[in-house]
Amino acid sequence: MASNTGGDSVQHDLECSGVSKRFGSVQAVDDVSLEIPRGSFFSILGPSGCGKTTLMRMIAGFEEPDAGDIRIKGASVLGTLPNRRNVKMVFQHLALFPMMNVFENIAYGLRCAGVAKADIAPKVRAVLERVALPDVAEREIHQLSGGQKQRIAIARCMVLDPDVLLLDEPLGALDLKLREAMKIELKLLQHQFDTTFVYITHDQSEALVMSDNVAVMNDGRFEQVGAPQTLYHEPASAFVAGFVGDTNRWSGTVTKAGRGQVRAETASGLAMVCDARGGATPSAGDAVEIFVRPEFINVETGAGKSGRASATTNRLAGTVDSLLFNGANSRVLVRTEAGGLIEADVVLTGGTGDLRPGDDVRLTWSAKQTMCFAG
Amino acid sequence: MNKDIRRLTLILLFTPFALWIVLLIVIPHIGMFILSMREKVAPRVFEYGFGNYIEFANEPIYWNTLLRTGSMSLLVTAIALIIGFPVAYYIAKIAGNRTKGALFLICLIPLWVSDLIRAFGWILLLRETGVVSSSLQWLGLVDGPIEFLYNDVTVIMGLVYTVILFMIVPLVSTLDGMDNAMIEAGYNLGGNGFTVLRRIIVPYAMPGIVAGCIVVFMLTAGSYLTPILLGGKNSSWFTEQIYNQFITRYNWESGAAFGFLLLAFTSLVVWLGLKLSGQTLSSTVARS
Repeated sequence: MASNTGGDSVQHDLECSGVSKRFGSVQAVDDVSLEIPRGSFFSILGPSGCGKTTLMRMIAGFEEPDAGDIRIKGASVLGTLPNRRNVKMVFQHLALFPMMNVFENIAYGLRCAGVAKADIAPKVRAVLERVALPDVAEREIHQLSGGQKQRIAIARCMVLDPDVLLLDEPLGALDLKLREAMKIELKLLQHQFDTTFVYITHDQSEALVMSDNVAVMNDGRFEQVGAPQTLYHEPASAFVAGFVGDTNRWSGTVTKAGRGQVRAETASGLAMVCDARGGATPSAGDAVEIFVRPEFINVETGAGKSGRASATTNRLAGTVDSLLFNGANSRVLVRTEAGGLIEADVVLTGGTGDLRPGDDVRLTWSAKQTMCFAG
Repeated sequence: MNKDIRRLTLILLFTPFALWIVLLIVIPHIGMFILSMREKVAPRVFEYGFGNYIEFANEPIYWNTLLRTGSMSLLVTAIALIIGFPVAYYIAKIAGNRTKGALFLICLIPLWVSDLIRAFGWILLLRETGVVSSSLQWLGLVDGPIEFLYNDVTVIMGLVYTVILFMIVPLVSTLDGMDNAMIEAGYNLGGNGFTVLRRIIVPYAMPGIVAGCIVVFMLTAGSYLTPILLGGKNSSWFTEQIYNQFITRYNWESGAAFGFLLLAFTSLVVWLGLKLSGQTLSSTVARS
């Protein structure tokens, strides 16, 4: 992104400014602005019903915004019909045409654009080559596997050389293994075509893995826009901290406020030192939301007392309630003396040293990794 | 034991269908076919041969009537498709979920009244002293009473009205199964309204279109009541010819032959239609 900060002359592939849309009494999209640099992979991440699909449909031209402007390559597209915008879309269920074979599906857009007959076949062949499916041109759609359909849906758009490619949760219908493989493949395809991809999803891992930038959307607004790492480690709001990545979450009250750091006690009676995030430092007596990611919690075996939290480290004692084995991503659920459950990442080697339910453990984690937001 | 019960169940379930098809379809048709192949040479003396069919070929009025019935039925089918498609598209794609049911019900209401009553309804409206004629006179648009009945336009209009429902129902069910995203994808990839209709909606709906056309064509070509009541003596519908052979001339042999000719002719047209549209019976009528 640094290369794109050279001034106003930088043309963005897609810009939205102050876009709003209301359906009856529901404010689906509320004053959303975004700028997507050329050739980047941008994701809009949000729970279902947050307005992300409406935003995408406005970019594609299927809905008109009530307010605001949408510019593609610098030119406003308000009032431009969907078929006149150089924005192509991969639909949630792909919407490949079942009555046409693969070749005709891809050639459809070229024919609509009035490409000369002689040029159609080479173009279709070239794009099939690029999605690594050179031999399927004569197949019918129902003969393709899920992953192949996916790539044909992308090829059908990319053959038209769009300014922006919109993808509306296209991996949702695939099984887990294929979804993991397609994530990497989509990222590679985006690199290869060097086109701006706007990817809509409710799956945070899809967004984190593939994107250069992610916008987290909630209730029609952007909560935060940033690189995946930034969203994960420096969330701007409690919603982002809770939605992006797994986390332990408590509601609590501030007992002592300091500079950037506060002491808080959760409703169940756990006391801890937290790093105040989200701009403002709360003062004593304020309600806060506290987040700690499982991978930052260190688990040691052995009994101990819940020592007072020092200025930099939180300590808790507890017993192992259960183990959630998932290979390298295994977790342990620890029941604290106060009664709540805390999730922590552990390595389970299968040896005799592994934790077992009932073991006494000590949990420690850094105050820096304890994020708290004014509730 | 269990196997026997299952076989018995299967046989019992299959019996009504088998009885229906054998007793009411197969046996009468065999009888009619035998009837159509024999000729009366003297009282109670019959000869077998193609005489009845040859007589049909030698008499232009007969095959002219058949061709006229066929071409007018095709016209009725085409009009029913042109009117029915937008209606079905509206019901399936544009109307909201609740309106959809209501509209479908409204389409079905005419079926609650018998064909005969509906034909008399048209007669009440269109005859010389009917509602339309007297209204026009009352408005001063025409000087004398006008007879709207007994011409081809009225017959075609009445037939379209009777059969259009059988076009709309299969069309609604195919269009209903079409994902809206497919239409949006058609626009998104650069197609205009006409391209989307021609390249996406119509090809997708083709099974429904063909199914509706087959049903409508068969019903129209085989209809008797509407052409006779609305067209009178001028209608020259082939079913009327068959009726005349059986009832007026008491020539069952020739009537049976005509019946088979109508069956063969309509089957031929349907077969041609399927060939031209690249569909099969199992992909169209059996599906909707």
